[in-house]
Amino acid sequence: MQYLLLIYSNEAAMAAAPEPDMTRMSAAYGAYTEAMMQAGALVGGNRLHRSSSATTVRSVGGKTQVLDGPYAETKEQLGGYYLIEAPDLDAALSWAERCPGAATGAIEVRPIWPMSA
Amino acid sequence: MNETSRIAEAVVRDSYGKLLALIAARSGDVAGAEDALSEAFAAALAGWPVNGVPDNPQAWLLTVARRKLIDSARRDRTSHAAGTHLHLLADEAADAVAEEIPDQRLALMFVCAHRAIDEAVRAPLMLQTVLGLDAATIASAFLVAPAAMGQRLARAKSRIRLAGIPFRLPERTDLPERLGAVLDAIYAAFGSGWTDPGGTEFRRRGLAQEAIFLGRLVVSLLPEEAEALGLLALMLYAEARRAARRSVAGEYVPLDAQDVTAWDAALIEEAEAALLRASAIGAVGRFQLEAAVQSAHVVRRRTGRADWAAIVRLYDALEALTGSPVAALNRAVAVGEARGAADGLAALDVLAGDPRLSDYQPYWAARADLLVRTGAVEQAAVAYRRAIGMEADPAVRRFLQQRLEALR
Repeated sequence: MQYLLLIYSNEAAMAAAPEPDMTRMSAAYGAYTEAMMQAGALVGGNRLHRSSSATTVRSVGGKTQVLDGPYAETKEQLGGYYLIEAPDLDAALSWAERCPGAATGAIEVRPIWPMSA
Repeated sequence: MNETSRIAEAVVRDSYGKLLALIAARSGDVAGAEDALSEAFAAALAGWPVNGVPDNPQAWLLTVARRKLIDSARRDRTSHAAGTHLHLLADEAADAVAEEIPDQRLALMFVCAHRAIDEAVRAPLMLQTVLGLDAATIASAFLVAPAAMGQRLARAKSRIRLAGIPFRLPERTDLPERLGAVLDAIYAAFGSGWTDPGGTEFRRRGLAQEAIFLGRLVVSLLPEEAEALGLLALMLYAEARRAARRSVAGEYVPLDAQDVTAWDAALIEEAEAALLRASAIGAVGRFQLEAAVQSAHVVRRRTGRADWAAIVRLYDALEALTGSPVAALNRAVAVGEARGAADGLAALDVLAGDPRLSDYQPYWAARADLLVRTGAVEQAAVAYRRAIGMEADPAVRRFLQQRLEALR
């Protein structure tokens, strides 16, 4: 199965974190990504720019509404994601709990809806 | 009801969890397995009284349920379904040569108590899938509206399928924690039937029996797990005293006033044997300690007095292990019995500031009892009134009121 790990954290707190902490965090993410790659679990993943850079589009009655900002204002924001291959939820959860972001925010684990060819 | 119908119903009852676990373990789809199985059971209850019970009723039910699944997979024309279809045909071929149906109920219980399943729905889910109880029965035991319970169960089952919760036994390193969740769920099921010990309130009557069945099942499948034995012992001790907890008139009878001849000797014997087996394994835990407390109470059958010194030591260990304020409270009560009311009260005073106990009826009742024994009648009356104000069970409330009135 495939799972999407959605990484949520408090952007403001992250931005205010001292430089050495950020360096350590980046190194931890590097090692984590590498470990998933080595295990053959990594399908893809990216870090996202701050949620203030988001644009939200909605089509209402044929008319497009464009909103300056993220879909929802939340205390913690989506900051990145990994798409992983895992045999079952236990394996996916064990990757999620090892994600450096789990210690600073939360990781939402969502099973991918398989599309038939 | 004729003999065949009776056999048919007995097979249905005994096989349900085993067959459901087997089918669901292969497909990961509990709700789908339930549907297929209920069709198979309906076919059995209709057909067997007419055509006779087949030689191997379980295998018959399994085959019919599989056929139903194969039919529905065939109707579902996605590529995913084609894979499922082939899988089911392969399973059928494999099981046809197997002598006995493999028991996957333990794996099913681990699924029900998985950390991705909401804690409140674990016990209901287990009762429904392993024992085949209907949502209405479970709902009434847990004091939830049937529709709401049905919805929670359906949501949990769809979660198991979509999120990919695996049907397998945990790794050795994860086993204690994962088994702990299973045992907690079983104990919650036991508690649902236990709150009203007289069974006077119909809606709360007995899931205790079902919980004991689950406890026995875990012990039979994991015979070397000390805490599983401890939980079974604990439930059996409590169950053994059920009849003694109410007088003929329906009045509440506290443990120390219970007629020991009304305790079920056979259940106590089974409990003692389970606890002995557990202690031989040498991995102590919460359920074993609580069962050991029960065992120290049961000593009263032979000596006329509970072994209060042992009970103090056991609550010491429980408090250290769990940090539970209730364990500390029970310890203070035991100290009051073992060393006198003044010492018990002193132990209770240490807990006086704990906010987790300030709204807890047994704390105030215990305090009142100890105050009475030290002669502090005025303070005792105050404590009794607080206890009475917090009690929901009318029989216990009456009992506390009688104690209060006796002070005058």
